[in-house]
Amino acid sequence: MTLAISMAEPRSRIAARGRWRWPETVFWLALAACYVIFPGHLQLLAQVMIAGLFALSLDLLLGFCGIASMGHAAFFGIGAYAAARLALAGWSEPLTGLVFAGAVAGLCGFACSFLIGRLRSIALLMVTMAIGLLLHEAANRLTWLTGGDDGLSGYDVAPVLGLFRFDLYGRTAFLYCLGVGFLVFLALRRFVHSPFGLGLEALRENERRVPALGIAVQRQVAVVFTLSAVVAGIAGGLLAQVTQSVALEVLSFERSAGVLIMLVLGGAGHLYGALIGAAVFIVARDVLSGLDPVYWYFWLGLILAAVVLIGRGGLLGLARRLPGRFR
Amino acid sequence: MIAELAELGFNGLAYGIVLFFMACGLSITMGLMGFANLAHGATAMLGGYVLVVAMRDLGLPFLASLPAAFAVAAIAGALFEMTICRRLHAAGELDQVLLTIGVVFMAIASATFGFGAGQQAIVMPGYLTGRVAFGPIEVSAYRLFLLALGAAITIGLVTALERSRLGVRIRAAVDNRAMTTACGIDVGRLFTVVFALGSGLGGLGGALSVNLVGLDPSFPLKYLVFIMIVVTVGGFGSMTGTLVAALLLGLADVACKYFLPEAGAFAIFAVTAVVLYWRPQGLFGRLA
Amino acid sequence: MTAVLATRDLRRSFGALEVTAGVDLALLPGARHALIGPNGAGKSTLINLLTGALRPSAGRVVLAGQDVTDLPVAARVARGLSRTFQINTLFPRLTPLEAVLVAVCRRTGALARPLRRLAGCTAEIDEAHDLVARFGLEAVCDRPTGELAYGQQRLLEIALALAARPRVLLLDEPAAGVPARESAILMSAIAGLPRDVAVLFIEHDMELVFRFAERITVLVAGRILREGTPDEIAGDPEVRRVYLGEDDE
Ligand SMILES: Nc1ncnc2c1ncn2[C@@H]1O[C@H](COP(=O)(O)OP(=O)(O)O)[C@@H](O)[C@H]1O
Ligand SMILES: [Mg+2]
Repeated sequence: MTLAISMAEPRSRIAARGRWRWPETVFWLALAACYVIFPGHLQLLAQVMIAGLFALSLDLLLGFCGIASMGHAAFFGIGAYAAARLALAGWSEPLTGLVFAGAVAGLCGFACSFLIGRLRSIALLMVTMAIGLLLHEAANRLTWLTGGDDGLSGYDVAPVLGLFRFDLYGRTAFLYCLGVGFLVFLALRRFVHSPFGLGLEALRENERRVPALGIAVQRQVAVVFTLSAVVAGIAGGLLAQVTQSVALEVLSFERSAGVLIMLVLGGAGHLYGALIGAAVFIVARDVLSGLDPVYWYFWLGLILAAVVLIGRGGLLGLARRLPGRFR
Repeated sequence: MIAELAELGFNGLAYGIVLFFMACGLSITMGLMGFANLAHGATAMLGGYVLVVAMRDLGLPFLASLPAAFAVAAIAGALFEMTICRRLHAAGELDQVLLTIGVVFMAIASATFGFGAGQQAIVMPGYLTGRVAFGPIEVSAYRLFLLALGAAITIGLVTALERSRLGVRIRAAVDNRAMTTACGIDVGRLFTVVFALGSGLGGLGGALSVNLVGLDPSFPLKYLVFIMIVVTVGGFGSMTGTLVAALLLGLADVACKYFLPEAGAFAIFAVTAVVLYWRPQGLFGRLA
Repeated sequence: MTAVLATRDLRRSFGALEVTAGVDLALLPGARHALIGPNGAGKSTLINLLTGALRPSAGRVVLAGQDVTDLPVAARVARGLSRTFQINTLFPRLTPLEAVLVAVCRRTGALARPLRRLAGCTAEIDEAHDLVARFGLEAVCDRPTGELAYGQQRLLEIALALAARPRVLLLDEPAAGVPARESAILMSAIAGLPRDVAVLFIEHDMELVFRFAERITVLVAGRILREGTPDEIAGDPEVRRVYLGEDDE
């Protein structure tokens, strides 16, 4: 009873914004249980976690700050190449490899944030797209660094924590991705429930008003864009380690568009939407391109159109609206 | 050397003209409604395939196939606007971008289904295949044709925009939509007409580019970037800006491929980023 | 006493139109200063120049003895210059409490520390809540701002500006379109502002102006026509002709 009263009080409700709730425990336990339930699909589930992490990094930008990026694969790809190059240079320890991947991507993100902070709406979409294509083109040309069309492969990744060897069935891969994903998720969750995170929501809601509160928008953008790039870089690094190869495709426009779709599909601005969207997307891609790989594009387009025309707020938004209907 | 440079410049201008056709409709619709239509490249591709079908399967002459490409693309554009775009005018540009990217993906898949993944070949009429000499300078007949047609259509467009009733309304609506609506002009319907015309021009651009850059299902994505660069650099709604940006981009692309082949499109993207850093509203755009 | 906010020959043109044509304005600490003038006189533009939302074509802005002409908006707010907007510009999906909390956290420095938890900012939350309550918004303080009534949103505008604890507060037509109930809250809130805060407010309702203002500046066509006490302004024939006359005849 006292709990009910204190929950109704606006002050405690704000303070409770970041409180861990039981459905979250269920969510993560269910993810972990996949290890036992789908032992034959662990590689795919590892891909889900990687995509989920990538989508989380975009959620930080789009869902919390309203900054849409059409070239986010740039940072994913940078992380992937960084991890692969490090392994090729003989440093095969995976966790430090991820740190390196995140750091390199973060540096690039920080550099880009100065351009990003000046741009709005369509120009922003165009420039992020141009940055993505720029990198794709650069990677295509710089064969000595990236292997060009052939990509990078033939490197070893040491056992995780010196104990768990990567195996053919993806057992280690899945658990590794799940563990890293969970840790990064916790960090992001904490970040968005900080006062700084609330300031980002203000930025999303009305970026012209934010300076009048005394907040330097450029600084907000620099912090969040860098952080987002770090997370995207870690996701890319994971892919490079788990598949032990990097292809030019990590920087492709399709990947940038794909991650946007995952996010919009799941629902932006909730963190969980990114994970759910990624899961649905990766599984759908597996099934649909299994039916006929050539026409995956068609389904992709249809999903996009459907999300925009029917499903405002994505799957999470849909789930939230449902109880209201039955009231 | 001089002759070579002259031909380079000439090729760049011809390519720029094609880009202008593909981009100008988009620039107006963006200026008029702020509608971010990334499917414009798909419309251009449609024009390209119409040309291919008309010439190869129906045996129509090249010059008769061009209007067909224009018409089909215009009709498709009008239908698209009336059924789908309309619902998204009030939505944010992200929704618009997502939906139109979805259309692009579906168009790519459909083109692959209908025509296969390969390049489309067409046989150009004899008078457009040779080379024409002006003293020491020798240029391809087709590019000369492109430039002439481009000049004619651009002059026609600009005159129409300046003089005709429709043109006056369009300019008024781009300038101040609320005021134009208050003057009793149905901007919604105006937009459909403009969208159709813009799509038609895009289709024409696509048709003209078949013999210049080729045609395969990846066309909408490949040229989307160039179209968007032209539109953003030129400034939304500015016809002059679009033309200048398209010609510059055409020249830059040809020059890059010639002088810096190892840089690829890199130089162009870099210049775009710098221009937009310096003038976020585009070269000829106005500050909001 | 030295002015807390002053301008020197401030100018701003839009194309050929000089909207601010050489304004010298001085605001003393604790001032209750009204800025009046017909529509289009350039009052909002002047506020935009003061806050840094617009860059002047010429002239200087001095805040507490420091030249801030080249500082961006946020930096001026941090130095004690807050404003409200003539047209509500709020955060539709944030609640009033959240919005004010952001502003409070900025002032206390909590916003600069991404590792802090919102739940740990109890002092800030309490302060934000008090501020929201002072404007009678307690009952709606955890509803999305977009759902609030217009008058309530106007109040939130002022609460947001005050959260920065400004030295100078610029109010652009705070009472315009506000219904009676909120208008009373608004007036008492303005009257109850700390005496050391200098207030410059734009207002068209002459009754309010003469009730609150201790000094009045009349702006016409981008220039200061007169400045003086309410009595001086009320008695000035020129002002009556140019400005007040519109109401009388
Ligand atoms: N961004 C702008 N561009 C062009 N003209 C403007 C702009 N902002 C204001 N103006 C013009 O400046 C004049 C003064 O406007 P404003 O400061 O809003 O007047 P007030 O607040 O006194 O009613 C008006 O004529 C208005 O049209
Ligand atoms: Mg005003």
